[in-house]
Amino acid sequence: MFKNLMSWIEYRLPFMDKMNLHVMQYPAPKNFNFWYFFGSLAMLVLVNQILTGVWLTMNYVPSADGAFASVEYIMRDVDYGWLLRYMHSTGASAFFVVVYLHMLRGMMYGSYQKPRELLWIFGMLIFLVLMAEAFMGYLLPWGQMSFWGAQVIIGIFGTIPFVGEDLTLWIRGDYVISGATLNRFFALHVIALPLVLVILVFLHIMALHEVGSNNPDGIEIKKDNDGTVEQTEADKKFTFHQYFTRGGKKIIVDAIPFHPYYTVKDLLGVAGFLLIFAWVIFFFPEGGGYFLEPPNFEPANALKTPAHIAPVWYFTPFYAILRAIPHPFMGAVAMFAAIVALALLPWLDRGRVRSIRYRSGLHTANLINFCISFVALGVLGVLPAEGLYTLLAQIFSFTYFGFFILLWFYSKNEKTKPLPVRLT
Amino acid sequence: MMKNLFSVIALVASSWAMAAGPSVHLDKAPIDLTDKASLQNGARLFQNYCLGCHQMQYQRYSRTFSDLDIPEDVGVENLMFTGEKVGDHITNNMSAKDGEKWFGATPPDLTNVARVRGPDWLYTYLRSFYADPSRPFGVNNEVFPLVGMPHVLQELQGMPYKAYETRLVDGESKEVYVGLSTDGSGELNAEEYDRAVADLVNYLEYVGEPTKLEARELGTKVMVFLLIFFVLAYLLKKEYWKDVH
Repeated sequence: MFKNLMSWIEYRLPFMDKMNLHVMQYPAPKNFNFWYFFGSLAMLVLVNQILTGVWLTMNYVPSADGAFASVEYIMRDVDYGWLLRYMHSTGASAFFVVVYLHMLRGMMYGSYQKPRELLWIFGMLIFLVLMAEAFMGYLLPWGQMSFWGAQVIIGIFGTIPFVGEDLTLWIRGDYVISGATLNRFFALHVIALPLVLVILVFLHIMALHEVGSNNPDGIEIKKDNDGTVEQTEADKKFTFHQYFTRGGKKIIVDAIPFHPYYTVKDLLGVAGFLLIFAWVIFFFPEGGGYFLEPPNFEPANALKTPAHIAPVWYFTPFYAILRAIPHPFMGAVAMFAAIVALALLPWLDRGRVRSIRYRSGLHTANLINFCISFVALGVLGVLPAEGLYTLLAQIFSFTYFGFFILLWFYSKNEKTKPLPVRLT
Repeated sequence: MMKNLFSVIALVASSWAMAAGPSVHLDKAPIDLTDKASLQNGARLFQNYCLGCHQMQYQRYSRTFSDLDIPEDVGVENLMFTGEKVGDHITNNMSAKDGEKWFGATPPDLTNVARVRGPDWLYTYLRSFYADPSRPFGVNNEVFPLVGMPHVLQELQGMPYKAYETRLVDGESKEVYVGLSTDGSGELNAEEYDRAVADLVNYLEYVGEPTKLEARELGTKVMVFLLIFFVLAYLLKKEYWKDVH
């Protein structure tokens, strides 16, 4: 009976076949290391944000009069409302932690290189939408930092020549940040952007499964079936979906089925992540003032500027670049260029060898330079833009962009190490 | 619009500069959220000395009573003065407009003040009033210069003044500022006053996040669970990966 029902469904919607294709018989390289946890963790945090967000929405009041009080209501009067809220607010920061590490992984092992350019572009679009999502979400508690942070960031659009002022008006829906702004940000934050985000994540994974996962060695695990590479006994042990062998044209080596091997391994990653995540939620929900900023416990007041306005930590690297340029519009352009440069990595990197394991020492040094620049800019974005700090922000903005420029030059004729045929 | 951004950035920069200016040393507030007697005394002080002007508009009486182990009838009898119901928020009847007229600025709501300012700031602030005849209420504050608030705890502390001592500095005798000293007209001595302020700040810290103790307790259980889960996940992974070579 059950079997009949299953085959009835399968005939009309090949669910089991798709599960095999994407999960049970999806060939994943067997040498994934620590850095490969962050993709599944990003998914976990996305689910966390959506679920806690749904429950927060049940008691949140999206209006300038009611927003702040409703958040306090959630924190005090709703059963476990404080937990939902902290899971959501800490989740926002956790999202950026895992996404930044996920991106760094891609850079380390050249996961953006051909044929994974589109996969990388989808990832960058996810990053962009995530930033918009986080920015709009931060306005919703209607605290002082919500208001003034939004003021500064919307002001960035105002620096665009000719259309800037009208553009800010269009974004705010008012001459100042007001209930109108709050309501539209709420609509975008809870409906429009999450929808886009989920669709992009779907496309990201579809694009990934089409070209297959990269790995720390940066070599393909699907080889041409022309006799140059033979499958070992270990390779023959597992069954993979026939889609991946392209009708016998490819053979798959050094791969294991995603399920159960990487589902149980990712479960370990989830446990490790949750240990840190829960530790912050229960014991340091403000994240030392970086996840929830102290002025945000005061209701938004258009007449009272807080003593410090700093965006939340995950925006500060880009914010530091914005402030490093003395001209506001050029600063905004530089900030945007800092993100575009990342999106263009597949074309700025003209190398053929993907992983830092087999690339030149110069490339490793350059990538370290990028990491240092990014972190330093992040720190400087929190500090006041004055004197030495401005100078340092300028230097690190220069080295940040320097990474991409250098990469373009040396990657063409880079001295790389010989690649192994099989995963190490 | 470019000018606008410039001004916003300039504003941010200048505010930073201000923040980086002369900073006041803050004493560490002896916070202990498990000390119910201290919290109860803090609640008593708040109701008697603060509520006239400052509200706790997000905190309910019933919450304070149940969290601080105050029996409802005792709470109603001793901590509620104007016929509210226990489910009501802790508010007063002073309008924001009147507050602004009388004090120059509306006295802020204190529900979250400990999260905005931090307990150390509050603890030091409430112990840093001093007599200054040039101010409308005759007092100034070392932590918050030119504050519009009178020294409401004067009845307890007495009136503190800036004390100077004549000292020899580089061979010249000079008046040197040595700190605040009270005139002794208060009901409490210096030590008792510090204790009272500590209790009050402890209460403000509690009200800022009434779920803090609950979070720590639940958090400990969650961490223990996750540790066990981590070990099991590790063993499961190891078992499965045995056949990957």
